[in-house]
Amino acid sequence: MEAPLTSAPSSPRGKIVAQAEELYRDLSFGAVRRWKAAEPGRKALGYLPVYAPLELIRAAGMLPVGIVGGGDMEVVRGDACYQSYICRIPRSTIELGLNGALDCLDGMLFPSTCDVIRNLSGMWRMMFEGRYVRYLDLPQNFDPAVGGVFFAHELRALAKDLESLGGRPVTDAALREAIAVYNENRAAIRELYDVRAREPWRVPASELYLVMRAGNVLPAEEHTELVRAYLAAARAEDRRLQDTARVVIRGCFCEQPPVDLLRTLERSGCSVVDDDWLLALRWFDADVPTEGDPLDQLVRAFLSRSPACPSLYLRQGKKGDALLERVRETAAEGVVFAAPSFCDPALLEQPMLLNAVKAQKVPCTAFQFAENTGQFQVIREQAGAFADSIRLA
Amino acid sequence: MTVAAAKDRSQDRQKEMIARHFSRLARSEETGEKNVYTFVPGNLTELLLAFDLLPVLPEINALQAGMRKISGDQVTKAEKLGHSEDVCAYVKASIGALHSGNLGPTGERLPKPDLLLLSYTGCFTFLKWFELYREETGAPVTMLHVPYQADGCYTKEMVQYVVKQLKEVVIPDLERVSGRKYDEDKLREHLKLSAAAEDDLVRVLESAKHRPSPIDGYFGAVYYVGPIFSSFRGTSDAVLYYRELWEEVRERMARGEGPMTPDGPMGPERFRLVVEGPPNWTHFREFWRMFHSEGAVVVASTYSKVGGTYDFGFRHDPDRPLESLAEYCLGCYTNLDLPSRVKMLSGYVRDYGADGFLINSIKSCDSFSAGQLVIMRAVEKETGVPGGFFESDLVDPRYFSAANIKNRIESYLQMLDQRRSGAGRREGALS
Ligand code: SF4
Ligand code: SF4
Repeated sequence: MEAPLTSAPSSPRGKIVAQAEELYRDLSFGAVRRWKAAEPGRKALGYLPVYAPLELIRAAGMLPVGIVGGGDMEVVRGDACYQSYICRIPRSTIELGLNGALDCLDGMLFPSTCDVIRNLSGMWRMMFEGRYVRYLDLPQNFDPAVGGVFFAHELRALAKDLESLGGRPVTDAALREAIAVYNENRAAIRELYDVRAREPWRVPASELYLVMRAGNVLPAEEHTELVRAYLAAARAEDRRLQDTARVVIRGCFCEQPPVDLLRTLERSGCSVVDDDWLLALRWFDADVPTEGDPLDQLVRAFLSRSPACPSLYLRQGKKGDALLERVRETAAEGVVFAAPSFCDPALLEQPMLLNAVKAQKVPCTAFQFAENTGQFQVIREQAGAFADSIRLA
Repeated sequence: MTVAAAKDRSQDRQKEMIARHFSRLARSEETGEKNVYTFVPGNLTELLLAFDLLPVLPEINALQAGMRKISGDQVTKAEKLGHSEDVCAYVKASIGALHSGNLGPTGERLPKPDLLLLSYTGCFTFLKWFELYREETGAPVTMLHVPYQADGCYTKEMVQYVVKQLKEVVIPDLERVSGRKYDEDKLREHLKLSAAAEDDLVRVLESAKHRPSPIDGYFGAVYYVGPIFSSFRGTSDAVLYYRELWEEVRERMARGEGPMTPDGPMGPERFRLVVEGPPNWTHFREFWRMFHSEGAVVVASTYSKVGGTYDFGFRHDPDRPLESLAEYCLGCYTNLDLPSRVKMLSGYVRDYGADGFLINSIKSCDSFSAGQLVIMRAVEKETGVPGGFFESDLVDPRYFSAANIKNRIESYLQMLDQRRSGAGRREGALS
């Protein structure tokens, strides 16, 4: 059963999606270049998945830019840096670096997502001499007096670096303002996700993805506006309920699924009601308090409000609890495990999640992808059979 | 004393130590001794010993399974249970082992873990590995997060962070499991023994600077580092073992002998090599033979530093017990950034007078492997010595293509030979 997946280009929603898609397709980061050109001295800092302290980067007067690989771009020199059994995102990221696309960035931040990104930080240092590179160790101890103290020090060191890189000093006032702006942004995103979970036929996965993706390159307030405008347009349009299977998708927290893969899923009868892509943009599930020491608030939020992401140690509860909770909250009927090929965090985590999901008799299916996957026939058939099995159950 | 007898002395001691340890483990459910499963990089053996806890190292058990050619079945078993073909084969071998009676390297049964000490040092997979083990066994996990040396050094905040975790998380958990109070004096005693053994280990490893090298610093070194990387660091057994080993190596050096290999003494030393990356275990002897049959000796390797970079001066320090454990964890090889790894490899090529360096790129291991091609080019640039690159895996026999690797090694050595004669000719022309 085919669901209408794209908005008419001339409709308000179609225009917003087209704008977001243009940002997505622009691998030279024109939006970042324009932002920088608008005022002399502006700086931008790239960050890789899964987490970056966006508030702090903004408080330093810089634009945080999410770098999530190069999609289906041609990769040659990046491939020469890796063996065949390494995922694709570091290859295309290197390609973007070598072809000049990332010249608009004044530095790169590599969080402790996995060993590939960790090692990429050192490769970057060697391959792009003179550019600012920082590895951000995320605490795996979640006690404020232990991991919190360590993380606060990491963030302060980053703030100092950004300042000497030509950003502004990170004052408490600036940090509070940034927290407030990102709270707004996350609130808009939460609303988008809520609407999608309730009425997925109004917010196709591919559109949600593109609108979210714009947040990688736009200043937070512009992105908030875009999300709100999209929501308003989506609500205004009369879209009819579809007879699809409501699924949660997991595994896309780092290397990104091609948008056409999302379209394929939906065309095969799966409506995505929750996902784990672009987590950095919605890392906290509630507002970060703006009172008190703002850096401390960010640290505390990280320790207590981070999502169940494979990059973080699960200290309490069981693997899969958080996923099952989302399945319940979104009234999902199934789970799609879509992991990037060769992604150790996703693939090592998957058996635990699968067990948890199966124990609750939630239907699930699993496949792998790469950011440049171009053939979807197999996935289409698998997803179609999966959706049918749910609908006919 | 004959060479063979000298070789046997330390080897026998090591064998006996291992046998004793695993039989203690096998009997531990009756004797009431408690165990802690943990990892080689960043292991806290002295601390465990201070609580009379028995260490179990799933990595070592997996590699032993590889050497005994049973890891293939274990890996397949884990894959049947839903583990991906693309993840670290150590994890899969160990999960497979759990589902096949959990036998250790001596064939005796390993006890169920009383505690999983997740010393998260230098490898992301460790995190998932013990999350998986927790699910499989129901044992509790103690997490020790060791920050990465991304800037080629560690800071006092990193040391404080690790020490704080030791004090507030790890030690209380060890107290709970062992039923004993933390005794810092006991820890100091073990640390003192560690430092003594470490001195002798470094002497052994650095003997490879001598020509001919009396040891193989990769294939041979994996036996030499065994006790110190596993359950015996901080014991008087380990001190004795390394003392004996060093004496044997010194004797070999004095007699101008090369390394002893499983096929007997190595012939004349023709090539001195540095190797980066872990070895393959399923075809270990065959792999080694590809080197020694060509007269190639590995004079230094990074793999022999995954459990500690002692040759750069680090010693466990009884006067700063917890700080020194923290610094130990921070300094393990896979916890170093890539520029430091390049520096280390280039230093080895120079200091050990190597003719070449090879990278054995392990499919299982992102921590080692991601970036190795860039490392290779950087070391080539730094030293002027061409590198060689080949791929295999640790304990998954499907990824050891003997003919391919042999070919690569042979053509690499031929290239070194030609280079040497070319250089000789050039020198001749100049004189
Ligand atoms: S896709 Fe997976 S393995 Fe690759 S960089 Fe991202 S988290 Fe790491
Ligand atoms: S990924 Fe590498 S370092 Fe980590 S457990 Fe596997 S082999 Fe060891």
